Amino acid sequence: MATWVAEKVGRDTLGVLASFGDFSRFVWSALGSFGRGAMRWKNLRLVLPQMYEVGFKSVPVIGITGAFIGMVLGIETYTQFRAIGQENRLGSVINLSVVKQIGPVLAAVMLAGRVGGSLTAELGTMNVTEQLDALRVMGADPIRVLVVPRVLACLILLPILTIYSDMLGVLGGWLVSVKSLGIPQEPYWRYAAAAVDNWQIFEGLIKAMFFGCAIGLISCYKGFTCGAGAQGVGRACTESFVTSFIAIIVLNFFFAKLAKDWYVAIYGIRGIFG
Amino acid sequence: MSLIDLKHVSKSFGPLVVLSELDLSIEAGKSLVVIGASGTGKSVLLKHIVGLLKPDHGEVWFDGVRVDQVPERQLMQLRQRFGFLFQLGALFDSLTVGENIAFPLVEHTHKSHGEINKIVAQKLEMVGLPNFENKMPAQLSGGQKKRVALARAIALDPEVILYDEPTTGLDPVRADVINQLIIKLKNELKVTSITVTHDMASAFKIADRIVMLHEGKLIFDGTPDEIQRTDIPIVHEFVVGEASKEEVAALKGDEHSQP
Repeated sequence: MATWVAEKVGRDTLGVLASFGDFSRFVWSALGSFGRGAMRWKNLRLVLPQMYEVGFKSVPVIGITGAFIGMVLGIETYTQFRAIGQENRLGSVINLSVVKQIGPVLAAVMLAGRVGGSLTAELGTMNVTEQLDALRVMGADPIRVLVVPRVLACLILLPILTIYSDMLGVLGGWLVSVKSLGIPQEPYWRYAAAAVDNWQIFEGLIKAMFFGCAIGLISCYKGFTCGAGAQGVGRACTESFVTSFIAIIVLNFFFAKLAKDWYVAIYGIRGIFG
Repeated sequence: MSLIDLKHVSKSFGPLVVLSELDLSIEAGKSLVVIGASGTGKSVLLKHIVGLLKPDHGEVWFDGVRVDQVPERQLMQLRQRFGFLFQLGALFDSLTVGENIAFPLVEHTHKSHGEINKIVAQKLEMVGLPNFENKMPAQLSGGQKKRVALARAIALDPEVILYDEPTTGLDPVRADVINQLIIKLKNELKVTSITVTHDMASAFKIADRIVMLHEGKLIFDGTPDEIQRTDIPIVHEFVVGEASKEEVAALKGDEHSQP
């Protein structure tokens, strides 16, 4: 029994390491393709349709989730702040949460679900129907033709979608707090403006770029390496979302830690009640 | 003089040996047909020639270049001298027929939009599908897809065209259209063609030379006339489309064993 368990653990570990090695090689090839004439028109023309798919078509879903999360934050935090007589400061906590964490993470998760799965399914189907081999045989590099435009579209558009998600989150929070719960307009925005500075906004946008890059790379990799048949494509789509989701959460932790350390080192500690 | 050489090529997938110490030379301008039962490695052989697969052992040469060792970027250049017709066409389903055929031209030439459109129209005319530029692959029948895929394969006027089961799944008339196209390309463009097929009628029509793969090795190499007169049992059974006595006996045994 112990030998069986040891063998299984060893085999699984080797499998994970091999997959990570393959993914690293894939990322390296994609980075190489970025460097080799990615900015030529021949390549850039491939990015525009992807930007439409990734960006424009994600606007409704990201807008709706952003707005409702802002509203929920308003409802949930109001009673707590009111209990300590600080409800006028609600704007600070809602907007800070939206801009720093919820906006970028939620936009990234929605993108991983809506676009990541579809990228994996598209490339996976191309893989199982020999379209990737057809590209290679025609002397074209599938990574340059298929992966780079998709990763670029995710990388460029996720920060823009994050701004949009942030805006609607802020709007949703304001609607509930000011229009529904009756918090005065002036202190709500004054405290919000004091809590949220450029650092917080750019922290959210920079991590959105990394999330976008991770979603694009993981989704394309899963499509390129999917198993045969409809079952293989289906499994790859699930793995793509789960892996992207974990990557977003893990990256977010490291960004939060890094950004907080730098912020404290530069500006010192600033609290929302300070 | 041979254009393509495979020397002692072996390839396995896990425990499954697909090619075993295979030697094959292919002359320029000739039409070679590779026959063999399903799963004997015919498509694997084609993929070795264009470097999509690398042999476990052995060497693959094309026009003096060792394909299995050449760096990927050089291999991409080399592949522009090949056309490859995939079994199911492998058309890019998000692009129109015209965009599919234009793809290699956009990738590898500096021709203007107008010139590319002219070539696309000419290639579609050649495969008997004029004015199909704006159709999507999903709107085409199986035979039309193969003809569009053929038009794409010849877009760059390749020296070698590899056909992976070009007539599989087509009715006899459509299959013959594809055969005629292969003969036309060979005669008009003087291309070297390598065709993998099960279809013996097609093989007799298009081949200058036929080889048969069995258990990873070549067990026959000769002309269409020679293969019809062969006394090698496995080859003869394949050519006439007849199951061996052992296989028939096994089937009868199965029938008796059923309740």
